[in-house]
Amino acid sequence: MTTGELFLQQLINGLNLGAMYSLLALGFTLVYGIMELINFSHFNVFMVGAFIALGVLRLMGLDGQIVILTGLPLVVVILVAFVVTMFSTGMIGVGIERLLLRPLRAVTGPAAMILTIGVSYILFNIILIGVGGDTRNFANPLPSVSWHFGEATLRLRDVLIWGITIVLMLGLTYFVQFTKLGKGMRATAQDPEAARMMGVEVDNVVGLSFFIGSALAGASGLIFGLYYNYAKVDMGFSAGLRAFTAAVLGGIGNVPGAMLGGVLIGLIEAGSSQLIGQAWADVIIFSILVIVLVFRPAGLLGRQAPNKS
Amino acid sequence: MADDILLDFAGVNTYYGDLHALKNVSYKIKRGEIIALLGGNACGKSTTMKTIMGVVKPATGGVTFDGEKIDHLTPAQRVMRGIAPVLEARRLFPRMSVYENLEMGAYTRKRGPDFDEDLERVYSLFPRVKERRSQIAGTLSGGEQQMVAIGRALMARPRLLCMDEPSMGLSPLFVETVFDIITQINKQGTTIFMVEQNASMALSIADRGYVLQTGVVVLEGPARELEANPLIREAYLGEMKVDANAE
Repeated sequence: MTTGELFLQQLINGLNLGAMYSLLALGFTLVYGIMELINFSHFNVFMVGAFIALGVLRLMGLDGQIVILTGLPLVVVILVAFVVTMFSTGMIGVGIERLLLRPLRAVTGPAAMILTIGVSYILFNIILIGVGGDTRNFANPLPSVSWHFGEATLRLRDVLIWGITIVLMLGLTYFVQFTKLGKGMRATAQDPEAARMMGVEVDNVVGLSFFIGSALAGASGLIFGLYYNYAKVDMGFSAGLRAFTAAVLGGIGNVPGAMLGGVLIGLIEAGSSQLIGQAWADVIIFSILVIVLVFRPAGLLGRQAPNKS
Repeated sequence: MADDILLDFAGVNTYYGDLHALKNVSYKIKRGEIIALLGGNACGKSTTMKTIMGVVKPATGGVTFDGEKIDHLTPAQRVMRGIAPVLEARRLFPRMSVYENLEMGAYTRKRGPDFDEDLERVYSLFPRVKERRSQIAGTLSGGEQQMVAIGRALMARPRLLCMDEPSMGLSPLFVETVFDIITQINKQGTTIFMVEQNASMALSIADRGYVLQTGVVVLEGPARELEANPLIREAYLGEMKVDANAE
């Protein structure tokens, strides 16, 4: 491969990783923006999402053997997999908030954050007991259509991942910017007490932020499966940590920041794997995070947290 | 006679932990009145406002609005009944546009011709707000923010406007404008309950007033009588003159 082709190939790989990290980072940032909570259970909601997707694909007859679909069946399978996975993880997020975090809402300090770590372990162990700790092959029904630019390859899979990610991000942006509930959400993120006195039901907004964030984590888990072709019970930690880093890099609480941060982390990972080696990717990612935070403590686009009153 | 009463705040006791913030406090506000609530810092004025809006729950006593007990209602339900707040220090949503802030005032209402009507009313009261409608609220001057805060409350089409320190942090010239506008809003039919440290200005437009000291109502009466009361002149009007010079 020429240098140009290598660059192009790593750009393609990096954008795939970036799509996955961005969607996952949005969940951290939405919840942090509304309630200043770092939700560590998000790591494993992502992992559970990948397993739900695996189960959904299996129910539709795709169980790890090579089954290639085309045309309408492919579109339906992909659509159903995303919708069911996202709805399921969304409801898991709502459940975690409603049953476990809401009773702690009035408690100040790190109690809620510690609780999310506990929830993360519970989700981990549920999958460990229910499915096991082995690597599971992820069905990939996509035909191996690809386009070649020299020796660089752009696969149909890549285009699909980007397309879905862009649709989800545009949808989220539209929702947050232009719908009434979205405006209520932004208002709550900026001043919860004032928003309440305008008539925003804060409980609904918090629940909604968990639903959307967790649904996006489900989409991210499914993308992980489509990209790496496997799911494993411990997949949440490294992806989750990088996505959390992406949220901080972009400015935690800041929605465009999470999108930007995710794409940057994906590109950095792909680039440093190519230039220095896979084993060094995390070193580079976290070094860049440290450097950015030293010079821009609020992240690239600025941290956004609720006003305390 | 009881029908005259829009808000009946009756025998309220409110605690923050061990702190007894309101001690058996009662106010009666009649339709169409401007009521001034005077008092120094930490006397319970803001707690009064929060109790009316439903973000603070009283331990005993209760609030009746337009003949209906509202203690069990959420803030959203109270806004729908016709109570809207102008919060202390404006409390606009700083990263939203002026227009979006006005929309938030109408959050509990269905979007329709009423909304546009109220928007026009706010714009005609505050032409400046119309000019700035697409600007981010956090970048406005203090005076402009106060106009948006009042406009935002009006977008709820309130029958009772609860204003927490509307003159706070404003230039003396602008304080007069704000009080003129409050009078104007009142003449258009909205009852006003106003917490103020600027006692002389507040009493000059109010019908009646209450004086709150460390959670207790120590004085109440028609605004003219309070203005003439030596205690008030010394404690509040005198104090305000010193403050005005210090600014």
